[in-house]
Amino acid sequence: MTTADGVAGSIPVTPRAESVGKPKLPRRIRDFARRNEEHAWRGTAWVAVVLPLAALVFAVSVLAVKAWPAIRVNGWYFLYGRNWTYGSGYGTVVHTGGVAHPMGSQFGAWAIIWGTLASSIIAIVIALPLSIGAAFALTERMPTWISRPLGFTIEILAGIPSVVIGLWGILTFGPWLANHVYPVIADHMPDVPVLRYFRNPVGGGEGLLSAGIVLALMIVPIIASTTRDLFMQVPPLPKEGASALGMTDWEVANKVTLPWVRSGIIGATVLGLGRALGETIAIAMIGGASLQIPHTVYLPFTTVAATILSQLDGALTDGTGFAVATLAELALVLAVISVAVNLIARLIVNRTGRVGAPVGGA
Amino acid sequence: MTTLAAGPATRRRRASSTVWRVLTYLALILIMAPAAWLLIGVLARAWSHWQWSVLWTTLTPTGGGLRDQILGTLILMVGVFIIAGTVGVMAGIHLAEMARPNKRSGRLSGPLRTASDILSGFPSIVLGYVGYTALVVGLHWGFSLAAALIILSIMVIPYIAKTTENSLRQVPTGYREGAEALGMSMGYSLRKVVLKSALPGIVTGLLLALAIACGETAPLIYTANFAPTLPHSLTHASFPYLTYVVFQYYNAPQANYHALSYDAALILVVIVLLLLVSSRIIVARTQRHAESARGAGGGRRRRRGGGAEDEPLLGITGAPPR
Repeated sequence: MTTADGVAGSIPVTPRAESVGKPKLPRRIRDFARRNEEHAWRGTAWVAVVLPLAALVFAVSVLAVKAWPAIRVNGWYFLYGRNWTYGSGYGTVVHTGGVAHPMGSQFGAWAIIWGTLASSIIAIVIALPLSIGAAFALTERMPTWISRPLGFTIEILAGIPSVVIGLWGILTFGPWLANHVYPVIADHMPDVPVLRYFRNPVGGGEGLLSAGIVLALMIVPIIASTTRDLFMQVPPLPKEGASALGMTDWEVANKVTLPWVRSGIIGATVLGLGRALGETIAIAMIGGASLQIPHTVYLPFTTVAATILSQLDGALTDGTGFAVATLAELALVLAVISVAVNLIARLIVNRTGRVGAPVGGA
Repeated sequence: MTTLAAGPATRRRRASSTVWRVLTYLALILIMAPAAWLLIGVLARAWSHWQWSVLWTTLTPTGGGLRDQILGTLILMVGVFIIAGTVGVMAGIHLAEMARPNKRSGRLSGPLRTASDILSGFPSIVLGYVGYTALVVGLHWGFSLAAALIILSIMVIPYIAKTTENSLRQVPTGYREGAEALGMSMGYSLRKVVLKSALPGIVTGLLLALAIACGETAPLIYTANFAPTLPHSLTHASFPYLTYVVFQYYNAPQANYHALSYDAALILVVIVLLLLVSSRIIVARTQRHAESARGAGGGRRRRRGGGAEDEPLLGITGAPPR
């Protein structure tokens, strides 16, 4: 191992051997550099690793400071209210608790938060079974010459910019769904409590279900490639033993493979959920940007992220700056949701095992 | 087998196994079909009117090309490579080589790692808003390349740190121990031994991070805005990039702009494909080297993975999941 290996073979016998033949620096400088190299590494690395923490703290404090006036005026109504109006655009300013805002402005973001949660849940419900099934098909049943290119296709899907997926969704996929798929579903749905939301009207392809499906397509690579890597890490002996005991493929999968990697799949799912919650541009393109809770799953809606993106121009016209502060409050809500999801995932994973390999990692 | 009469339980078990197998294939098809449709759709839409002049003419109010948008995206990628690459790799080195595991639980955790994980799941639009508030407005930079670079870098640093950390953990402990036994200082062995063998993994992570960075739109709209041509300064000048063209021009009033939107989508996909394919090539080449070094059978071990009995004694690779 040590002799044949290219890396180990290139190690000089002593550090000094490397400097032979090079123009020599004055000995004192060289010794100083050698003595302090470790300090330099440790110092830079420490600064680098503290930066994410600093950025996170900075981001949350900027949001909190910026959103504070909006939090004071909007109160709890922001979380349950459904009315989102900018109020008088003609300079009539009123003061509530010392904070200036346009007369008649009222910001209740429940419909927006609802849209974020609903689209992400739809995406997870579609993506999770598809990913696990596909990962099984790729790892357990296929020869390498087929599964390699297919796995690479999934990685490509992970790398496709969300704006390109959004473009395809709005121009090709959404209209196709609205013309050929939704009418079939809608016409056959009974008028019972939950399924009622799947009845007519089906709209034009911009809406909650279209966005959910496209989101699913975007998080499938995250879940599927992690799950595939995890399946590959399951040692073959337990699986072969189970087969030898007479278990069918389904029983081996259900009783051996899946329990082995459960916590990793949970971790990957929550990573995907985080991506879905924060996805902006694709939703802004195919969500339809309606600030109301839709009557059927096919109709336009919006999410927190898409609203922050699409409402900035409108908010900047508010001379009091209150609308911009409200957008900061919206961003804070999204940040809190995503941090909470992340921490819950870590809790689950830490209790049951370790997280799977990161997406697309070597 | 066929001579035995199958009871109802056996038939049920066989049926469930067949159903399971069919469902897994169905799942694979349901993922592959839209993926293929998406790629072919983007290609077909752009190809029907493709003109190579898009690559070297500039954007005009009636049409033109995307030269400055392409250059802008490339400049953003180079900037992110320099800033996020340096910081992310150093952070990964710290997490893998210097951070000590928790003494009591033996688990690698702590506030630094948690912060990095949370940041990697942080919504990009929220970072964009922070960039807008703090850099564009707060520091009076205006919409600018500088603000966009910083926000994009913050976005991908946790990702680079994670991939760097993982590939450093793949370096066998024996290498480090050997280096120490030869009397190398920690910094020297890191530079000459550990980083050298982890380099392919680190570069792969960097390329994938660049793929993420070049496809971002939302935070850029908040920090770089958009410009038809490249500006001459880091601050106080809106900056051109490709994703904005895709996002805004597909339903623009001018029909020429629709074509530009499809072209930009195609160019983005090509850039991402180049990055992914080159990362794939790096991985494949290092695997071949690793296999020739380990002798025959290395390939199969890589594929089956994780079997405790065929791991090198001092290796820390492929630790079983629990």
